[in-house]
Amino acid sequence: MSLLFFYVFAALAIAGALGMVLNTRNTVAAALSLVVTMVALGGTYVLLGAYLIGALQIMVYAGAILVLFLFVVMLLNLRREEFSPQRQPATKIAAAVIGLLFLLQFLRLIDGAFGAPAAIPEEFGGYRQVGTALFTDYVLAFEATSLLLLAAMVGAVILAKRRID
Amino acid sequence: MVPIEQAIALSGILFTIGTVGAISRRNLIVVLMSIELMLNAVNLALVAFSRLWGNLDGQIFVLMVIVVAAAEVAVGLGIVISLFRNRESMNVEDVSLLKW
Amino acid sequence: MVDELTQSQLLRWIPLLPLLAAAVHGVLLVVVRRTLPRGLVILLSCGAVIASFLLSFVALIELVGVEGERILVDNVYTWIGAGRFSADVAYLLDPLSAAMSLTVTGVGSLIHVYSIGYMDEDHREDKGFQRFFCYLNLFMFAMLTLVLGDNLLLMFLGWEGVGLCSYLLIGFWYADRFNAYCGAKAFIVNRIGDFGFLVGIFLLFWSLADAGQAAVAFRDIEAGLAAIVERTVVLPDWLGFLPGAPEWRLTTLIGICLFVGAMGKSAQIPLYVWLPDAMAGPTPVSALIHAATMVTAGVYMVCRMSFLYAEAPGASALVAWTGAITAVFAATIAIAQTDIKKVLAYSTVSQLGYMFLAAGVGAYSAAIFHLVTHAFFKALLFLGSGAVILAMHHEQNTDKMGGLRSYIPRTHAVFGIGVIAIAGLPYIASGFFSKDEILLSAYLAHHVPGYMALWGIGVVTAGITAFYMFRVHFRTFFGECRAPEEVRSHIHEPKNVVLVPLYVLAFLAIFGGYLGPSEAFVPVPDANSLGNFLLPALSQEAHHVAHSTEYALAGLTTGIILLGILFAYLLYVRRPELPGRIAASLGGLSRAVANKYYVDEIYDAVIVRPLVLISDRVFFRGIDATLIDEVGANGSARAVRMLASNVLKYLQSGLAQGYLFLMIAGALAIIGYLTR
Repeated sequence: MSLLFFYVFAALAIAGALGMVLNTRNTVAAALSLVVTMVALGGTYVLLGAYLIGALQIMVYAGAILVLFLFVVMLLNLRREEFSPQRQPATKIAAAVIGLLFLLQFLRLIDGAFGAPAAIPEEFGGYRQVGTALFTDYVLAFEATSLLLLAAMVGAVILAKRRID
Repeated sequence: MVPIEQAIALSGILFTIGTVGAISRRNLIVVLMSIELMLNAVNLALVAFSRLWGNLDGQIFVLMVIVVAAAEVAVGLGIVISLFRNRESMNVEDVSLLKW
Repeated sequence: MVDELTQSQLLRWIPLLPLLAAAVHGVLLVVVRRTLPRGLVILLSCGAVIASFLLSFVALIELVGVEGERILVDNVYTWIGAGRFSADVAYLLDPLSAAMSLTVTGVGSLIHVYSIGYMDEDHREDKGFQRFFCYLNLFMFAMLTLVLGDNLLLMFLGWEGVGLCSYLLIGFWYADRFNAYCGAKAFIVNRIGDFGFLVGIFLLFWSLADAGQAAVAFRDIEAGLAAIVERTVVLPDWLGFLPGAPEWRLTTLIGICLFVGAMGKSAQIPLYVWLPDAMAGPTPVSALIHAATMVTAGVYMVCRMSFLYAEAPGASALVAWTGAITAVFAATIAIAQTDIKKVLAYSTVSQLGYMFLAAGVGAYSAAIFHLVTHAFFKALLFLGSGAVILAMHHEQNTDKMGGLRSYIPRTHAVFGIGVIAIAGLPYIASGFFSKDEILLSAYLAHHVPGYMALWGIGVVTAGITAFYMFRVHFRTFFGECRAPEEVRSHIHEPKNVVLVPLYVLAFLAIFGGYLGPSEAFVPVPDANSLGNFLLPALSQEAHHVAHSTEYALAGLTTGIILLGILFAYLLYVRRPELPGRIAASLGGLSRAVANKYYVDEIYDAVIVRPLVLISDRVFFRGIDATLIDEVGANGSARAVRMLASNVLKYLQSGLAQGYLFLMIAGALAIIGYLTR
């Protein structure tokens, strides 16, 4: 059963990603397509036993980051794009080729490289366990991220401020 | 029971799509979104490995990645806004001053 | 090995004083750019050389007083110290170098004094006078270093130094390009010989080192020679035609290589061609360098290495035969020359051949004896010819001379003494004793292949020598004066400062022979003082021969000499029209002789021109200018530029996406390689 869900989520994720990358006319559509991917990934996390992370994925990524993207797109009024001249197809082909090569290489490398999944305790990936680990073993990293967020906030404010002349 | 190997494969596919998008798109915002996609692919891989080894470290790392991604998007979009104000263009080829 | 020998701090000053004088002149001329007044230059330069002579004399006295082995050493400092190899700046005085140094400084002093008068005429550049003495002093330093050095390296330093000074002095009046060319020719031909010399030194040192006896000092080489005496060298197949092939003794090979250096420095066949052209220099230079001292360096070297040549019969034979052939060859050229200095130049080549003939048959003391007497009379002849040239206002061609004995009788007298001395008339000529010693040694040299032929060549050459020397004398001083009227009215004797050295040399030319006459001629015990003095320093055995043999040989030689003089008298005094007719009837042969057998022209066509052509076309234009400059330097620059502007430029587009692409591609490549 979970296998079926996994395939559905996988298909959604891929479809959303492709929708984002291949959509040349409408930036908002591209962003929304990415939202689909994010949600599908959140589902995949849950299937993999990372419940807290899955929830956070949907809250933060789909709910905040991509919303931010949409805000910016709408703020700058980029609904329609007019780019001229067209980019040379050579670039796209090169990108596609390199992508394909990368993928093939990747798949070749992971083929049969992993064994069976380990046995996990009952609440693996639940909020209690992750929270405990976060605040005991990794508390330093946790504090550091708060500093990082502060810096980002200040930076974003300054960058986006209108000049006061 | 989710097959770990296929999860990793999915991660690889998403990463590839993100790379192709980052390289070939000319819209700056779409490039940034492609980078976000790449980060997500990595997150997926980390979670899968965490499940494989039964070790929570992977998930903690994913948390950090999400935080960093958020910060990076904030600042990145701020830059995009400044750029747009100065140049009135979202074309990535217009911001190629680093060639000297 | 130096420890048990007597030290003498005196020796270093013998070469050092002239060096200091030269240095003073050099600094003044080049750095300060002032010239000293004439008197000071004379005082400094002549004083330095005369002081060296006096010091040599004192050193000789000190040497004679040494008990045991007669050697004085002066170790100045360690010049090269590299691991187990060391070479010192150290001077060695043994009978051989004492004789040489006295000759060099003695004749050198006389020539310095002579030059005061001769170079005074040098109005062509007011710095000429001081520059001349500077070079002369420098030459004395180099020559004395050559003679007094105690090791091969120091000797080679002096060897090269005299070559340099020869160049400087031959081309002294460099405003005339021909003089500069002659100087360059001398230097270059010398260098060819020096190459052989160096190869010889390397071979010697290498083989000694291989046997565990590495040394460059003469005494050490002599001591260590036993280790390599038996060694042989296998010649490559293509050299199979050489005598004694395919195996040669190592000592023979070394001896030949060293002799190549002597061929260059002492003007033997085939490297003699520089000496006649060196007459372009001032006459005192010709007298000092190309008669008395520098050209004798080769002879000195062979005698110094006598212990080597005694163990190298092949090399010694080569030395003897080269000397003999050179002697007769040069003598035949001399009979047709019209320039008075050229005759003397070829005469020098010929007499040097005699010295090598002696050294080659093992009679090293005879070679040195002839070296000393030759220094006396050849310097006399050159300086005398210089007086004649001065009197004739720089005319050197004997065609334009004649009958000068009534104009300049004193010059005529001293020149005549020189001619008699070189011809070798018995008892009144120093040349008689020394030449006879050589011929006697050749006659007795049973161990040398073809020794009787060597003796025969020597006798014939003596006759030819007498002939051409008296020819020159008669053409210059006898008969009708063929000079134009305006020159004739100004002919006068040279100044006293020029004449006095000539008188001294004339005295030595007559009585110098009594330094080493055979007891057969001067029945006094230890008559051969020079020979006996030198014997311990040389690897030579005294020969014992019946006096009757000596008388017979000397008589035969004297007969030939008198014949030669008679011929010269007939042809140039009695019937002056005869030489022209003889030459006409011999046609091509006489033309060839007059043109010195076209040797210079042959060298030019066969060696010089092709070499210059190859150097210019192939090496300079082809390789240097084209291959290295155009293709290499400019070409690589152009290639880099094209690469950068056509290929690499696009890597730095400024587009981050391009960089990302490259990053992914690069990572892909690396991972692919690592996991292949």
